Amino acid sequence: MKLLVCISKAPDTTSKIAFTDGNTKFSEAGVQFIINPYDEWYALVRALELKETLGGTVTVINAGKADSEQIIRKALALGADDAVRIDLDPADAYQVAANIAAYAKTEQFDIILTGKETIDYNGGVVGGMLAEMLDLPYVSMSSKLDVDGTTLKIEREMEGIKETVQVKTPCVISAQKGMAEARIPNMRGILASKTKPVKVINPDVTVVKAGVKVFALPAEKTGCKMISPDDAAQLVGMLHNDAKVI
Amino acid sequence: MTNLVFAELSNGKLRKTSHEVVAYSCKLGATTAVAIGQADTGELEKLGAYGVTKVLHVNDQRLNNVFSKAYTKILVEAAAMVGADTILLSHNSAGKSIAPRVAVRWNASLYPGVNSLPENGSIRKAVFSGKAFADLTLGEGLKVITLNPNSYKPEITGGSATIEALTINVADADFDYTVLSIEDESGGHIPLPEAEIVVSGGRGLKGPENWGIIEDLAGALGAATACSRPVADIGWRPHHEHVGQTGITIKPTLYIAVGISGAIQHLAGVNQSKVIVVINKDPEAPFFKAADYGIVGDAFEVLPKITEAVKKLKSEG
Repeated sequence: MKLLVCISKAPDTTSKIAFTDGNTKFSEAGVQFIINPYDEWYALVRALELKETLGGTVTVINAGKADSEQIIRKALALGADDAVRIDLDPADAYQVAANIAAYAKTEQFDIILTGKETIDYNGGVVGGMLAEMLDLPYVSMSSKLDVDGTTLKIEREMEGIKETVQVKTPCVISAQKGMAEARIPNMRGILASKTKPVKVINPDVTVVKAGVKVFALPAEKTGCKMISPDDAAQLVGMLHNDAKVI
Repeated sequence: MTNLVFAELSNGKLRKTSHEVVAYSCKLGATTAVAIGQADTGELEKLGAYGVTKVLHVNDQRLNNVFSKAYTKILVEAAAMVGADTILLSHNSAGKSIAPRVAVRWNASLYPGVNSLPENGSIRKAVFSGKAFADLTLGEGLKVITLNPNSYKPEITGGSATIEALTINVADADFDYTVLSIEDESGGHIPLPEAEIVVSGGRGLKGPENWGIIEDLAGALGAATACSRPVADIGWRPHHEHVGQTGITIKPTLYIAVGISGAIQHLAGVNQSKVIVVINKDPEAPFFKAADYGIVGDAFEVLPKITEAVKKLKSEG
C-alpha cells in the first residue's frame, strides 16, 4: 500500500501561549514543538501498522520551513520511509491543503491520512479540502481502520454515535483516538532516520483565503471562590443567584 | 450578506446546533435554510421563529444520513440558486465533514469553528486548544462559516417560514462511501458538545461502581455526564464521554469536575466552559487554578449535599 500521512508541527501542550509583533505572531521563544498528536499517535502509527502487515510505503508530508526538520525526523524515526517538506510557513489551512494536493496529484497514494484537527489551530479542515481537491471520498472522525484489498472498513465516532462505513481506495481519512496507540522511536529507528530522504519542494500555491489578522488572550479568571465542604449546599445558591447557570 | 444555512436533521428533528446556526445566520443577514432528508411534520416551520423566510427541503430518503459529497453538491447548487454569498453550518461532526468540501468546490474562504458574530471585518475563533483567540480577516469573496456548538444562543424574533420542496440531481457517484451500520452508544442522551450543563468524573471516584453520585447530580440538573481520559482508557466510562485534548472539546454553561486533577490535556477540552466548579480532595489539584468555584472535600460526602440542594431549588422554582 502507498500511504501518505500529513503531519503538522504544533507547540507542546504545556507551552505558555504568547504573541509578538503586535499580537500577529505566535511567540516561539522557549516553546517545544511536537508532531500534532492526532497526526502522530493515530494517523501515522496506523499507517505504519498497515505497512508492517500489508507491505508498502509510508510517506509523511509537512508544510513548514526548515524548523520542521525536527518533527519530520521523528516521523522517520518512528518508521516512515521518506518525507516531503513544502517550503512554506502556512498562513491558513487552504495553503496547506492546496500544496499537499498538488504534490499528491503527482503520486498515486492509496490512502491519505490526517489527524482529526491540530491542537494549535483546531480547524480540522485540511483533510476535507484535500478530498475535494483530489476528488476523493473523505471519511472523517475515524477511530478504527481495517483494510481488505482495496476496500476499507472504518468506524467513525461522532457525538456518541458509532458509524461503520465501507469505502474504496483511494480516499482521504482523518483519524482520532482509538485508531492506534502512540509509539516511542527506538534506537535503530532514530539512526535510520538520519539517512532517509526528505524532499523539499517549493509551494505551488501561495494565496491566503482566511488568514489571521490578530490574536488575543482570554480575560484572566478572577480567582476561584472556595466553599467549605460542610457548606456545599451553598454552591447551588451561588450558581443560581450569582453565576445564573442553573 | 445573503446567507444559505444548513439546518441539519437527525431522525426527523432539527438538532440543537441547527437552531443555533440558523438563528446566528439570520442575525447576520437575509437567510434561506436548506434541510436534507426526512423531516417530522411541523419541524422545519420552527425555523421561521428565527427570521428564516424560506426553507428549501431536499426530501431525498437516500440522504437521511449525512453523506458529505452528496450534501456538498446540494449546498453549492442551492447557494447558486438563491444567489448566496455565505454558506453557514454548525461546527459539529456533519459540518466538519461537509464545510471543507463546500469551501473548495465553491471557491470560498472557510472560517471553521467560530464563536461569535463578525466584528470590524473579522471573525473570532478559539485557537491553541482554547488558550487564545484568533480574529480571522473576512474578505470580500464567498465565505463558508461553521459555528461552534453552544456558542450562540438562539433568540426567537418571530415570523413564519415557507417550506419549498427542492430536487437536486444526486447521482450514485455522489455517494462515495456506504454506511454499513449506525449504533447509538450514548443511550439516547443529548450529545456532549450540545449539553448546557456537564458533570464530569475522574480517577478520584476510585471505581466505576461509584459513579452513582455523578449520575444522581447530573439527573437532578438535567445534565450530561463526561469523564477524564484515564477513566475512559481503563474502561470505567465509555469513550464518547472522554473530554480533553484527544477526546472531545465542549463549551457548556456549567462544567462540574469531580475527582479530576486538571491536567493541561483535560483543560484543553473544557477551558471554554462559562463556569467551572471543581470538587477534589486534594487542595493542590491544579484544576482549582482554572475554576470559578471550588470545594476541597470528599466527593462522596459533598456531591449528595449538592444534589439535595439542587432538587430543593428545582422543587421551589
